[in-house]
Amino acid sequence: MSDAQKYWQANIRLVIGCLIVWFVVSFGFGILLAEQLNSIRILGGYPLGFWFAQQGSIYTFVALIFFYAWRMNQLDRKFNVHED
Amino acid sequence: MTNLQVWTYAVVGATFALYIFIAIKARAATTGEFYVAGRGVHPVLNGMATGADWMSAASFISMAGLIAFKGYDASVYLMGWTGGYCLLAMLLAPYLRKYGKFTVPEFIGDRFYSQTARVVAVICLIVASLTYVIGQMKGIGVAFSRFLEIPFNYGLFLGMGIVFIYAVLGGMKGVTYTQIAQYCVLIFAYTVPAIFISLQLTGNAIPQLGLGSTMADGSGVFLMDKLDKTLVDLGFAAYTTQKGSTLNMFLLTMSLMIGTAGLPHVITRFFTVPKVRDARSSAGWALVFIAILYTTAPAVGAMARVNLIHTIQADSIAPDTSQNLKIDALPAWFTNWEKTGLLKYEDKNGDGRIQYVGKNYTGTDADGKVIENEMVKVDRDIMVLANPEIANLPNWVIALVAAGGIAAALSTAAGLLLAISSAISHDIVKGIIAKDIDDKTELMAGRIAMAGAIVVAGYLGLNPPGFAAEVVALAFGLAASSIFPALMMGIFAKRVNNTGAVCGMLAGLGTTLVYIFWFKGWFFIPGTAMAADNASNWLLGISPGSFGAIGAMINFAVALSVSSVTKAPPEHIQHLVEDIRVPMGSSSAVDH
Repeated sequence: MSDAQKYWQANIRLVIGCLIVWFVVSFGFGILLAEQLNSIRILGGYPLGFWFAQQGSIYTFVALIFFYAWRMNQLDRKFNVHED
Repeated sequence: MTNLQVWTYAVVGATFALYIFIAIKARAATTGEFYVAGRGVHPVLNGMATGADWMSAASFISMAGLIAFKGYDASVYLMGWTGGYCLLAMLLAPYLRKYGKFTVPEFIGDRFYSQTARVVAVICLIVASLTYVIGQMKGIGVAFSRFLEIPFNYGLFLGMGIVFIYAVLGGMKGVTYTQIAQYCVLIFAYTVPAIFISLQLTGNAIPQLGLGSTMADGSGVFLMDKLDKTLVDLGFAAYTTQKGSTLNMFLLTMSLMIGTAGLPHVITRFFTVPKVRDARSSAGWALVFIAILYTTAPAVGAMARVNLIHTIQADSIAPDTSQNLKIDALPAWFTNWEKTGLLKYEDKNGDGRIQYVGKNYTGTDADGKVIENEMVKVDRDIMVLANPEIANLPNWVIALVAAGGIAAALSTAAGLLLAISSAISHDIVKGIIAKDIDDKTELMAGRIAMAGAIVVAGYLGLNPPGFAAEVVALAFGLAASSIFPALMMGIFAKRVNNTGAVCGMLAGLGTTLVYIFWFKGWFFIPGTAMAADNASNWLLGISPGSFGAIGAMINFAVALSVSSVTKAPPEHIQHLVEDIRVPMGSSSAVDH
């Protein structure tokens, strides 16, 4: 396999990993499992499912994008496809 | 003039002077500066501008009101309008930046080597952007007329004039720097009252934590428990539990996310950064700036609901109503909003006091009659604007909220108008009608197109077809079902060819439009709906607003299957796709 293919494959793996987390925190914890999670309380009076739907998923999205950007910069350098 | 009016004129006037000053300082001289700000915007600043571009009057004014009245169910807007940035950052932004052209239709036209694809993309872009901009124009008119106490039309004309000056002169460069200033104004205006109110209610200065804290009244009860209990006691639905169907929550969240990633004025923002790696981090910064407002909104919503109920309906419930709000001693905010017609009461039992209860309420008065709700109209859109008044905050805070709402509406309107004008001047005029015009003529065409778009948007804002919420759903549904899948397949699926892409876009767009028109009326003309808009008629219980996600799936499926039975894209297109997948070799500014 060429380097270009390996780079692209590593990228796809990273994106899929990030999108699984993206899906789990919002659609999973925030919607599908919200009712079950609501019996747990965090940060004082927040029911956990409610917290994921209105707070936690958003914080996770931010962290995910920066993680992705950081990992991609590493991959760019590893496969020597970075700019300048 | 009242003290509040003086403050409002001062704060709104000062912010306007700032926007126009910036626009004049940052005038665009080249097409590159007009369309993409010369690709010289730092990723953090670009993120801030994207935040202002993205957060419209809907985010600033309507969203917390929706949360206040829908509670948990309004989470779809919070997750939907932020989660799309993950899709943007990982699936679109870096690759489109690498490609290095000016507009979204340009990429679609080149990648699918088809003028038809480009024209279809322009149509999707204009319809989605224009429907969205009508709402902004209307928001500007409403905010001006309420706070400056001038007629609605004058408010709208004033807004059109301001947008005209800085968007037409400044282009993307002027708009970007003005949006950075507007972000600062709107986020300050949103968080200051939230902090005040959070302190009042819970003693915690951080609204995100205040929402999870105990009440400051010494009772030791958590704010959300108190809200749930009060609401249920008064016959409303509980705040933290789900009311709608899970399927629709799921699909609406998905539609809003995909729609966010497919809205052209947001995508264009990532063309303005210097490098591919800046496009990745800039999406993160944009979301940081958006998240500040979006994580504050749930606190604003819940606390506004607590305050609203508490001001009107005392804790002691039937049969004793002697602590309720008295009709001959209504507070100023109540009578002010009553004048706008957005707040209305009716003393049904003639006791001279207002009872504010939900439709499940079964408590009875002294004569054994069930107590009826007397707050017959509480428009949820007034919550953010009325919130500081209800909480008795100082006048300068109320003036600030007015300036913030106007900043949110103006910045989004400018971004959308720019996307429309560049689609017309760059994709239609330069790309198809007159290929050999020079830079200067194209710039002129861009400015004329923008002026035209402002006039059309202003006209539609004056005569709104009366479908605000549906229009927003349509704008997102359109972007989700047409533009996003085409862009994503253009990057990730080398095998997708011109026929596949065009069929996919038309199928996605067509089914979404038909499904919405079926229940909302053809082109939203009242009385032409094919079936009543309720859950029993919906296909598998899917609401028209949630259909964008299904439209996107149809687009993907059609494009992939049509492509697999038709000819593979030519060699040079396959190379083009391979080239945009690696950051190396991106140019700082492409002139062509």
